Amino acid sequence: MKKFSLPVVAVTGLLSVSGLSNAGTLEDVKKNGVLQCGVGTGLPGFSIADEKGNWTGLDVDVCRAVAAAVLGDATKVKYTPLNAKERFTALQSGEVDVLPRNTTWTLTRDASLGLNFTGVNYYDGQGFLVSKGLGVKSAKELDGAAVCIQAGTTTELNLADYFRANGMKYQPVVFDTSDQTVKGFEAGRCDVLTSDQSQLYALRIKLAKPDDAVVLPEVISKEPLGPVVRQGDDAWFNIVKWSLFAMIDAEEQGLTSANVDDMKAKGTPASNRLLGVEGGMGATLGLSDDWAYQIIKQVGNYGESFERNVGQSSPLKIERGLNALWTKGGLQYAPPIR
Amino acid sequence: MADSPSAEQSTKTKAWNDPAIRAIVFQVLAALGVVLFFYYIINNALTNMEARGITTGFGFLDNPAGFGIIQSLVEYDETYSYGRTFVVGLLNTILVSVLGIIIASIMGLVIGIARLSSNWLVAKLATAFIEIFRNIPLLLQIFFWYFAVLRTLPAARDSVTLGESFFLNNRGFYVPKPVTEDGFGWVWLALLAGIIGSIVLARVSRLRQTETGIPLPVFLPSLGMILGLPLIIFLLLGAPLSFDYPVLQRFNFQGGVAIIPELMALLLALSIYTAAFIAEVVRSGIEAVPKGQTEASSALGLSNGQRLRLIIVPQALRVIIPPLTNQYLNLTKNSSLATAIGYPDLVSVFAGTTLNQTGQAVEIIFMTMAVYLTLSLLTSALMNWYNNRIALVER
Repeated sequence: MKKFSLPVVAVTGLLSVSGLSNAGTLEDVKKNGVLQCGVGTGLPGFSIADEKGNWTGLDVDVCRAVAAAVLGDATKVKYTPLNAKERFTALQSGEVDVLPRNTTWTLTRDASLGLNFTGVNYYDGQGFLVSKGLGVKSAKELDGAAVCIQAGTTTELNLADYFRANGMKYQPVVFDTSDQTVKGFEAGRCDVLTSDQSQLYALRIKLAKPDDAVVLPEVISKEPLGPVVRQGDDAWFNIVKWSLFAMIDAEEQGLTSANVDDMKAKGTPASNRLLGVEGGMGATLGLSDDWAYQIIKQVGNYGESFERNVGQSSPLKIERGLNALWTKGGLQYAPPIR
Repeated sequence: MADSPSAEQSTKTKAWNDPAIRAIVFQVLAALGVVLFFYYIINNALTNMEARGITTGFGFLDNPAGFGIIQSLVEYDETYSYGRTFVVGLLNTILVSVLGIIIASIMGLVIGIARLSSNWLVAKLATAFIEIFRNIPLLLQIFFWYFAVLRTLPAARDSVTLGESFFLNNRGFYVPKPVTEDGFGWVWLALLAGIIGSIVLARVSRLRQTETGIPLPVFLPSLGMILGLPLIIFLLLGAPLSFDYPVLQRFNFQGGVAIIPELMALLLALSIYTAAFIAEVVRSGIEAVPKGQTEASSALGLSNGQRLRLIIVPQALRVIIPPLTNQYLNLTKNSSLATAIGYPDLVSVFAGTTLNQTGQAVEIIFMTMAVYLTLSLLTSALMNWYNNRIALVER
């Protein structure tokens, strides 16, 4: 008759479990030997996997740069494709360590989601894609149009603002992924597809007949896209932030993946600091001194990454525009590494 | 009196060996354990979210939403609050569920009876329908109907027109919107009176049949009361009703009521899928009625219609209702797949866009789950009530 109450055991066992820990992403990544990176579900130029499962893109290069800096190997990345609705939860819950996924930096996201934006790897703006047959020349002529959008984006909000500000009506047709949005547009469900302009160029080449569609000139919003990390882990925040800055600084100094070894041998004061020949910059971040050298050697500088993925050597052929270096009339500007 | 408790206690076993007391103690402990468990996980979540600077609470419901929704049964535009998007999504979910349940029930009934038909072709066609549609995943069927609907229908400028005021194109089915004017309330009252009148008539007819064996004519007079009475009032008042016709603008039709293709596709997929299951439920219910019942009713001289209405269906319903409830619950929950084709249901609007704009996943998912739970419990309660009403009364 001496049975012991199971619930009592369960409760005492439970109370001894403590809450989960917050800091130490760097240690976790080093221990696992792999960086968990949240990327898009397939957006040419930014994050797309080929038939062999190799990921490429401007966003993917941020993952590779961080992996190169932390682990010394740009290939040690586990990519998790996320749609717009899943992305923040995946980062908050620790499923991914860094989220470079075409994510617009806004106040609400910075302040209320428990996340921090580490910088801007692409300055974008929202635009419209219409089929040529409609004969539309400007977004101001879109009164009454049906508009395809992806759910859970700032795009949805900007669209509503723009039409309201111009006293126009529209019908929002909201899809889960960018693939479905394109399908809806192709099937004629909507007259217009709206998204960040970079995405419009990327989605346009996915259409069966890309030449039948045209991107309208209007840019209706500011969309600074950047990598995101969890709030409350400043060491990790710094590493991701400076990995991107290192790529931009490298472009400014003329360091490329091809010439980095030569330049390292020659050595200017600035390149010596960046490449870790002198100064111990890496140690202050908790990394080895050649962290930036590894990024430039394995991933390349920002300009190389841009041209390879979205620029002239890619099918997208997007101009540098706002994403040119500050010295060339653009906005890309990195604080000095010293 | 003072002695008796102590005397009783000596004969009793010790308290911790008393099965009745032990049972209570264990149940209290188990309940306590469950409460502590939930307290622990909720507290854990709250503490961690606060530590990470994630906003919590339901205050966000009052903030302006700022995004558009394509279909809303209540007034809505970008200036309304997130709380309102919840209502819009909820009503859209209820709309597609209720319509789906009605259509699936009718289709299921017809197909279920067809499967029992003595006509070989009809029975085989019904079997083929059931086996095809209940064995293909619902999500695929939704995609199939959506793109089948979209690709088949013409663009807005080449709409299929029916009588100059109905238009069908790949943006939806546009019908004129009835606009009621002053005095239309009387028509509703007349309709109500007609319905009450028919119920009374049916009661009187039944009483008379039990007394004299001769029923009163019910069908035509009822039809007259329900349709005729409001019509007469309507005409007497000078037809206080006008229509808002859809008109082709540059891109789409404006005005009227638009039934969006997402709703059509979702409704089609949900109805057909669930109808296949309901057909089997109906068939099993009818087959559960022993053949002797049919023979006995024939022996009593009941007509075919009377036999079905008075003997077969009431007995079949007892078998049909419980599994039918399951199908209705499934349909309601399956409607959340709407998000895949952009129908603005609760999951798409509230647990999708609103969640992403506010980032308050825990609160929003909790509210969404609570809604599906409530809808399911309501459906079950209604069906259980009906089941109790028609259940076999054992004497």
